Amino acid sequence: MNLKLRVWRQKDRNAPGKLVEYEAGDIDPEMSFLEMLDVVNERLIGAGDEPIAFDHDCREGICGTCSATINGIPHGPERATTVCQLHMRHFKDGDILTIEPFRAKPFPVIRDLMVDRSAFDRIIESGGFVSVRTGSAPEANTLPIPKDAAETAMDAAACIGCGACVAACKNASAMLFVAAKSSQLNTLPQGKPEKDRRVLNMVAAMDEAGFGNCTNQYECSAVCPKTISEDFIAQLNREYLVASVKQSFAGK
Amino acid sequence: MKLDAKIPSGPLVDKWARYLSEIKLVNPANKRKYEIIVVGSGLGGAAAAATLGELGYHVKCFCYQDSPRRAHSISAQGGINAAKNYQNDGDSVYRLFHDTIKGGDFRAREANVYRLAEVSAEIIDQCTAQGVPFAREYGGHLANRSFGGAQVSRTFYARGQTGQQLLLGAYSALCRQIQAGTVTMFPRTEMLDLVVVDGHAKGIVVRDMVTGEISSHSADAVALATGGYANVYDLSTNARGCNVTAAFRAYKRGAAFANPCYTQIHPTCIPVSGDYQSKLTLMSESLRNDGRVWVPKRQGDNRPPQQIPEGERDYFLERKYPSYGNLAPRDISSRSAKEVCDEGRGVGPSGLGVYLDFSDAIDRLGLATIRERYGNLFEMYERITGEDAYKTPMRIYPALHYTMGGLWVDYNLMSNLPGLHVLGEANFSDHGANRLGASALMQGLADGYFILPYTIGAYLADLKEKRPSTEHPEFRKVEKEVEERTKKFLSINGKRSVQSIHKELGQLMWDKAGMARNEEGLKEAIAKIPVIREEFWKNVKVPGDGGEINQELEKAGRLADFLEFGELLCRDALDRNESCGGHFREEHQSEDGEALRNDEKYSYVSAWEFQGEDREPVLHKEPIVYEEVKMATRSYK
Ligand SMILES: Cc1cc2nc3c(=O)[nH]c(=O)nc-3n(C[C@H](O)[C@H](O)[C@H](O)COP(=O)(O)OP(=O)(O)OC[C@H]3O[C@@H](n4cnc5c(N)ncnc54)[C@H](O)[C@@H]3O)c2cc1C
Ligand code: FES
Repeated sequence: MNLKLRVWRQKDRNAPGKLVEYEAGDIDPEMSFLEMLDVVNERLIGAGDEPIAFDHDCREGICGTCSATINGIPHGPERATTVCQLHMRHFKDGDILTIEPFRAKPFPVIRDLMVDRSAFDRIIESGGFVSVRTGSAPEANTLPIPKDAAETAMDAAACIGCGACVAACKNASAMLFVAAKSSQLNTLPQGKPEKDRRVLNMVAAMDEAGFGNCTNQYECSAVCPKTISEDFIAQLNREYLVASVKQSFAGK
Repeated sequence: MKLDAKIPSGPLVDKWARYLSEIKLVNPANKRKYEIIVVGSGLGGAAAAATLGELGYHVKCFCYQDSPRRAHSISAQGGINAAKNYQNDGDSVYRLFHDTIKGGDFRAREANVYRLAEVSAEIIDQCTAQGVPFAREYGGHLANRSFGGAQVSRTFYARGQTGQQLLLGAYSALCRQIQAGTVTMFPRTEMLDLVVVDGHAKGIVVRDMVTGEISSHSADAVALATGGYANVYDLSTNARGCNVTAAFRAYKRGAAFANPCYTQIHPTCIPVSGDYQSKLTLMSESLRNDGRVWVPKRQGDNRPPQQIPEGERDYFLERKYPSYGNLAPRDISSRSAKEVCDEGRGVGPSGLGVYLDFSDAIDRLGLATIRERYGNLFEMYERITGEDAYKTPMRIYPALHYTMGGLWVDYNLMSNLPGLHVLGEANFSDHGANRLGASALMQGLADGYFILPYTIGAYLADLKEKRPSTEHPEFRKVEKEVEERTKKFLSINGKRSVQSIHKELGQLMWDKAGMARNEEGLKEAIAKIPVIREEFWKNVKVPGDGGEINQELEKAGRLADFLEFGELLCRDALDRNESCGGHFREEHQSEDGEALRNDEKYSYVSAWEFQGEDREPVLHKEPIVYEEVKMATRSYK
């Protein structure tokens, strides 16, 4: 099939960017979206042009590296699918596709479709861990954990940190990302001792990185390739409230 | 070159405990005076960097992804082995040790493997304490599943995302140390060379992948945890960025490369669909529990599968291996699939595929059970192929998956280059000629959490001199070489893209040094690779410049190393004139196609030493001696 692409091209963080049109002719419906971009890039290189830069690595929907917004939807039109797992059979001959980087102030564009998501690392550094020294852990089965708690923690832990939630949110909020990590750890007994500090620190780090507030539209959950539930945001809100109340009393 | 494995003396079961009690310690107050470079943030690298930081060392950790959380370890699905004996099915440290040695076709080092089995249980404790959400039973205890090559159930898992959860656990420990200031993280930074000063590894030269700046970092010791080299075949189940550069650069600076020909092929991957194919996707092996593998009996029979009557189908695994049937080990299943396809009986558009059919299982167990067991895998299959495997059989084909070879290391995980430590898939490790499922995650975390942090102390405690500054002439020299090389890539300005040449190399490697190898084919590859290499250096096109994000430049650098490394792999495969584990030489098979080892001549680790450009490398042999285990023929009939 033949497609028309409108792709965001931007040389670096400081350069202005713009949409540039390309013909993507003779595309096999069996290709993945990134393979389609590979083919377009091979042709650009052949013609002496610079290929479109985009982030990717595993190409199987788990590393969270790939990130592109297709016709306004982060990761494109298929539900629960990263852009590397999206296949061209979902498009049709003659389609016009606008391909842009994930847009959000805390994710500056560094080239074409690539953005800087290091703010996510800073959030995890602020509290997305259990403080346990290597070698000091108790025997694993000394602490039985109800199966449903373990399952809930796993539901939250499935987050791949791609940032689609932020890109989909009109406020560029990172609440779903933060909630996924805090809920994973706070649901498990191992994470309980640091529960309050964790939510306070992670939310503070999120604010500091310039992410916006959550106004409960849940666009985040709708585009999440791992379908992380917005219920975790409610859990984070509750835990945050409790932790802040405790903190203000402790302060007195 | 002298290869001394430094195996502690004494009985096998006491070696590690004795080693730990006798090892020299670094004074806690001195630890912060040492700087350690860890390249890689996968299970091996992240676990090591976090633990070393926690111990008080100054650590610099590097990865090429935009975040350490995205290392290739993230994509492991199945699980991680540990000798916990939670199922009370008779598992023990000894049994895990023995299974690993046997699975590796008696080509791994006894003492290392025993230690691996010993620390395995502690890994599960550590990860559980970090909040890794392992699967649990209703009683709240950890659940297990079975994996190939074992008669006990010792594999721990977190849905189909075990690697992800283990890596995120290690990443969280790493983040805690970054916050504490003991680890400095350098994402999007690629190591392009190793710096050796007075015979010791003392630093690296890197390229900032955003600004293009080339710079040096010096340290008291360097640890490489840079993963495997499966992408020398271009198409593999590995992430696109996986590369051999760090390990190969170390080889060219004097570190021995061990057993490069030991590669593992996974039988259940989704077949190639066209020449634009960029990666192969693994489908969990567990599918073979209920799926039946077949091809048409007749060559070129291209009727749809449903129209091929039962009598005209060849269930070749069941036919050839009646007792293991569809569950025959990875290498055997893979080769059998290749054989039937070579006979012209393969299925699918390319003819390189076999059916994995669930219709009998659905009749027997009902659709609901199959959906419950494999729903997510069927979904993944449909996402990629657009086909509904409940209605039509899946098509599968083997693909390159894992590499057992790597830089040679001693018991301390130190290479023959003092100061250079290697862990995870990057070392030649504990898997011999074949790795058992769920053992790579175990090894990466064992190396990173529980082995290197101790053994590196042995090197540091003996150090007389402090690390050199990056002003040292050797750093200047290597930096300059890296800059020249980068300029060279950009200046060739030929006609071919990096990918087109990588594909050519990959195809050759797959044909001549893939699932089955023979003398003639290997010699042919050894003759052809230099031709492709020359084509690269004359005719590659790398657009853009060096001072910016330039993905083509990154790819060119990696391919340049693969183009040399591929030849080394073939040389090693040619030297090893026997079949063992993942290395199958067609000349050495039994009448019914089983691999034939030659213990008398080939019970050694091959360690290759670089001799200079355009000179043949020299092979050194570390004999494999078993004190505890008896060598036997691996049989799965
Ligand atoms: C699809 C798939 C499924 C698997 N499933 C299982 C399983 O179920 N069980 C199991 O035990 N094993 C499994 N494996 C194998 C296992 O995942 C790997 O062997 C293991 O994770 C490797 O870990 P590592 O730490 O050695 O390296 P990796 O995780 O590959 O990490 C390498 C690190 O090095 C960095 N790096 C590489 N080169 C450079 C450079 N030049 N400069 C800077 N940084 C660099 C990368 O950025 C990365 O951080 C699977 C593998 C695949 C491909
Ligand atoms: S490339 Fe890994 S999730 Fe898409």
